[in-house]
Amino acid sequence: MPTINLAGKTYEVDEDGFLQELDKWSEDFASAYAKEEGIDGALTDEHWKVINYLRDYYAKFGIAPMIRKLCKETGFDLKKIYELFPSGPAKGACKLAGLAKPTGCV
Amino acid sequence: MLDELEKGRWPSFVSDMKQEAAAREKTKVDLQAPRESIDDLLGLLELTYQDKVVHWKHGGIVGVFGYGGGVIGRYCDQPDQFPGVRDFHTLRVNQPGNKFYSTEYLRQLCDLWERRGSGITNMHGSTGDIILLGTTTPQLEEIFYELTHNLHQDLGGSGSNLRTPSDCLGMARCEYACYDTTALCYNLTMEYQDELHRPAFPYKFKFKFDGCPNGCVASIARADMSIIGTWRDDIRIDQAAVKAYVGGEFKPNGGAHSGRDWGTFDIQKEVIDLCPTHCMSWNGKKLVIDNKECNRCMHCINVMPRALRIGLDRGASILFGAKAPILEGAQMSTLTIPFVKVEEPYDEIKAIIEKVWDYWAEEGRNRERLGELMQRQGFQKFLEVLGLKPDPRMIREPRSNPYVFWKEEDVPGGWERDIQEFRKKHKK
Ligand code: HEM
Ligand code: HEM
Ligand code: SF4
Ligand code: SF4
Repeated sequence: MPTINLAGKTYEVDEDGFLQELDKWSEDFASAYAKEEGIDGALTDEHWKVINYLRDYYAKFGIAPMIRKLCKETGFDLKKIYELFPSGPAKGACKLAGLAKPTGCV
Repeated sequence: MLDELEKGRWPSFVSDMKQEAAAREKTKVDLQAPRESIDDLLGLLELTYQDKVVHWKHGGIVGVFGYGGGVIGRYCDQPDQFPGVRDFHTLRVNQPGNKFYSTEYLRQLCDLWERRGSGITNMHGSTGDIILLGTTTPQLEEIFYELTHNLHQDLGGSGSNLRTPSDCLGMARCEYACYDTTALCYNLTMEYQDELHRPAFPYKFKFKFDGCPNGCVASIARADMSIIGTWRDDIRIDQAAVKAYVGGEFKPNGGAHSGRDWGTFDIQKEVIDLCPTHCMSWNGKKLVIDNKECNRCMHCINVMPRALRIGLDRGASILFGAKAPILEGAQMSTLTIPFVKVEEPYDEIKAIIEKVWDYWAEEGRNRERLGELMQRQGFQKFLEVLGLKPDPRMIREPRSNPYVFWKEEDVPGGWERDIQEFRKKHKK
């Protein structure tokens, strides 16, 4: 299993860099990881709004929300989401939020 | 085991891959993906043939910045034994309309792929894309940069989005084409780039464009939205050419059945009697078609292409909902719009598409294809969404069960009833 070093801590991740032990997630993890997903500088309130929403939804329902739901609940359209997370809601936002890797017919 | 597949007359994918592996060994090109990737791919495949299970890990999420799809991530589950295919991602590259190429373009693409990928491809993926088969994660952005900057070429679609549209070759080389499939395919691909590159739908969605009901791109079976060319006036008949078929001068079906002796052409047996609506007649001199009974199945035109031609008032039918079996069973598309003119800038067609997407994006469940939503909420609901009136052409036969829903406003008195009123006339 590959590992990744972020801000002095080691995390187990899969080949795509998705966190394997979901309980190890912390805000530091997300902040330190942001650069890899093409985010310059510190995570803003807007980033956190998306990340927190994803984490809440995942905690409640055990899956990631549909994109449309994410946009509706955060008030960000898809264009804005990609401005915040250049690699997109699945590869970018879900990864930083420490959700399990999206699966299916990608 | 793979060596066995080099025997026989059909072009062998094993021989081709061995050739590529040998070329990679010798080449002076500064290879950016593992030199031994094809050797390892053959090794991994041999292992798969032996133990009859795949050796790729589940899933894989990789891509390029700005897009949510276009690359299918793949990792081998024997990376120590086959390091050359440790990561072996596929890029989908949006093919040109009807897949016409110049050698110059293909050379450029091959040069790029030789250097930054495995050197093997799939020409083409079932949806239509050029498939670049196997590269490493760090190469993805490099390839994307070169594709866009040097080849002016974009990626295709993957994920819960609009997938790469594709078309039959249409007017480019076919006299049956009822509209310009390539132009419409290209126009809609460009119009909906955002929907293609950034998944925003409940599930995947595909367009396909057939120029006539022959369905050379199989839109009716393989696209959520199938646009199939047709006409609504008369089939044009050249009686002299009909006689030339009857006299044996022209071969039926463009000579498609020359490989076997089917006897001399018999217009009665091979055309008139096979017309599904029995709307044709031949009296030995003249072919007559009762066009109002013709369902434009293409049979007579296919048999006598030099004598019979599509009408002049052309357009397309639009059908929705085709999908493979998962989850609720396989479906072909259902006729929804019997006839629409296909004319630039295609506003009418775009308006339809956007209504369908708004509805499905709002009502569709996670991973529910449009065809399943149409089943779940009913075709009637779908027509309402599109603002269409029901039409007998939309059904093959009326329903046989009497479980008919009525709208309250259509029933005199509505649903609010008082049991006391009922009891005044009917004792308990
Ligand atoms: C004057 C008295 C009755 C009339 C006029 C009447 C009429 C009907 C009608 C029109 C149906 C529908 C048949 C169909 O499927 O097309 C029906 C079904 C049925 N009725 Fe009655 N009914 C009467 C009394 C009863 C009573 C007293 C019982 C039971 C104690 C009963 C039990 C049923 C059942 C079980 C069905 C469903 C049968 C099925 O399709 O499986 N009915 N009845
Ligand atoms: C909690 C109790 C009951 C449940 C959950 C229940 C459930 C059902 C269900 C699901 C159906 C099939 C409906 C369909 O296929 O469209 C049905 C049909 C039927 N049930 Fe019951 N039922 C119950 C009690 C009863 C009782 C007490 C009677 C008779 C005294 C009865 C008589 C019938 C009849 C005659 C049918 C056939 C009706 C038709 O298909 O036209 N049921 N029931
Ligand atoms: S679908 Fe019709 S128009 Fe298109 S290539 Fe086939 S026969 Fe020609
Ligand atoms: S197109 Fe088909 S239905 Fe129409 S006349 Fe020809 S064979 Fe008959």
